[in-house]
Amino acid sequence: MNNADLKQQEELQHIKQMMERSSRFISLSGLSGIAAGTCALVGAYFANNELMNTHARVLQNLNPADDATVTLDTSLLNSLLGNRLVQIAILTFMAALVSSFIFTFIRSKRTHVSLWGTTSKRLFINIAIPLLVGGLFLLKLMLLGGVGLVAPGCLLFYGLALVNASKYTLVEVRYLGYSQLLLGIINLFFIGSGLLFWTLGFGILHIVYGVMMWLKYERQ
Amino acid sequence: MFYKVAMNPILHLNKVFDNRIRLGIMSALMVNEEINFNDLKELLQITDGNLASHIKGLEESGYIQVQKGFIGRKTNTTYKATEAGFLAFKQHLAALEKMIKGTK
Repeated sequence: MNNADLKQQEELQHIKQMMERSSRFISLSGLSGIAAGTCALVGAYFANNELMNTHARVLQNLNPADDATVTLDTSLLNSLLGNRLVQIAILTFMAALVSSFIFTFIRSKRTHVSLWGTTSKRLFINIAIPLLVGGLFLLKLMLLGGVGLVAPGCLLFYGLALVNASKYTLVEVRYLGYSQLLLGIINLFFIGSGLLFWTLGFGILHIVYGVMMWLKYERQ
Repeated sequence: MFYKVAMNPILHLNKVFDNRIRLGIMSALMVNEEINFNDLKELLQITDGNLASHIKGLEESGYIQVQKGFIGRKTNTTYKATEAGFLAFKQHLAALEKMIKGTK
């Protein structure tokens, strides 16, 4: 290969890079995925404890002699439980958001891409639309008592958000989205095991994706 | 014309694009409907003056179109590729690819 040829190769590479950098937010760090996944695992651990506790309490109260009080108790318990689980979910979401933000912030400094520039804004808006709509929908679903559909619902709306957002960031995000969608769909057939699927999707998949991205783009 | 490209691709390499910065500006404008000055500056990591002079060059060639606007009170100047700009860039790209294939 001669020098002139090398120059043309380089020029094409430059064109490709400029096209990507100007249209996609590429500073998303793999470490952010690992951090978010870890938060999800911790959150799932607490949620599981909570479910076990409640389950034990319900079993203790289960006395055939006074059926009426049991139903009253369980419904009260259920509303409490709902609140407690919702609290854990909110805390987990916040922790995941903050910790993933930190790593992407560091990476954006390194790659000289502003965290609040055109590409990041575009990415944010396109991930926020399906998530907000999904969140509202699931909230209404919970109020109507469809608790079993919440976990698959989270996975499905999150998967759709990722597939949509992949046009504005690293292309690999699309595959993370497909995986979440697949998990969500499978979960629809195992309604009782929501927490397990939720942990697989938001915990394990995030960590696997994060490690892969870190190995591919960030390891020096 | 295609025949000519096949014969001598060097004829179709565009002098205007024989510069990293102008090439970068055009590449970005191929995939974005419009881009403002600050985003271009961030993308290319160059000074205001340097960017302005290359923009002027592209504008004089008729490859980009300048639109001056405001966001609140701040000026917001955006750039768009013209039809001629798209065409010229495509030809340049085709010539580059041809040359690489030709020497393999």
